[in-house]
Amino acid sequence: MTPLAGYLLVAALLFAIGLAGALTRRNAILVLIGIELMLNAANLNLIAFWRYGPHPEALTGMMFAIFSIAVAAAEAAVGLGLVISIYRHAQTTDLDQMNRMKG
Amino acid sequence: MSFMFWILAALTIAGGLAAVLLKNLVHCALAVTVAFAGLALLFLQLDAQFAGFAQILVYIGAVAILVVFAILLTRGSETPKKEIGVFSRTWLAGLVVAAALFAVLSWAVLQSAGGLSQDDAAPTVSVLQIGQALMGRYVLPLEIVALLLTAATIGAVIVAMHEKEDSK
Repeated sequence: MTPLAGYLLVAALLFAIGLAGALTRRNAILVLIGIELMLNAANLNLIAFWRYGPHPEALTGMMFAIFSIAVAAAEAAVGLGLVISIYRHAQTTDLDQMNRMKG
Repeated sequence: MSFMFWILAALTIAGGLAAVLLKNLVHCALAVTVAFAGLALLFLQLDAQFAGFAQILVYIGAVAILVVFAILLTRGSETPKKEIGVFSRTWLAGLVVAAALFAVLSWAVLQSAGGLSQDDAAPTVSVLQIGQALMGRYVLPLEIVALLLTAATIGAVIVAMHEKEDSK
């Protein structure tokens, strides 16, 4: 197995773990953690392709990963703000109980 | 495949698995921090020093702290009751989807592994080059990210702000 394939397999496994967490947990914060894991797995792919790609001096994959980290930070802030707002409104973070859009 | 890679990969995967499987939410937040640290070390292993340190600063320094704050503010540290459990009603479907996705991804990677180029010379990229690229070719995305971060911060504050008492 080549090094690139190893990194891609680790990223795929991490993405699957994050997806499983986002789809199976009932707490909203754990769903956000799963989404963060998926974003991180994508970043690992970008960096691995940058490292083993034909033109690493062009910095394309590295830049994409850095911008992706910034967007993920913004996503985490907004997501956790939403969770706190919903908790204040409904006194729960249980996604199975949040089945109404009416306030 | 170096020995170090396998240790870091095992650490990262173990952190991710623990974050998804543990019952207590505070333990989950600590486990996901371990996964973030493992990913940062994998970035360093890939000669991406700047991305590795940015990962440590942003994820361990900010996102993990935010998650812990949110858990404590929503009283999520209490372990849920035994009869309810921590997994949702549709956990089996989610698990099947995730397993199928991993099967497809790993099949694709293993099928195409031979065709990928293998340039083993480590790229020498200094922070100076990254800064010049950010200020030159990537200056427009940088400004857009700055705007996005400002908007997201203001939006998060407005969303999480106290509701007025009379609106209840």
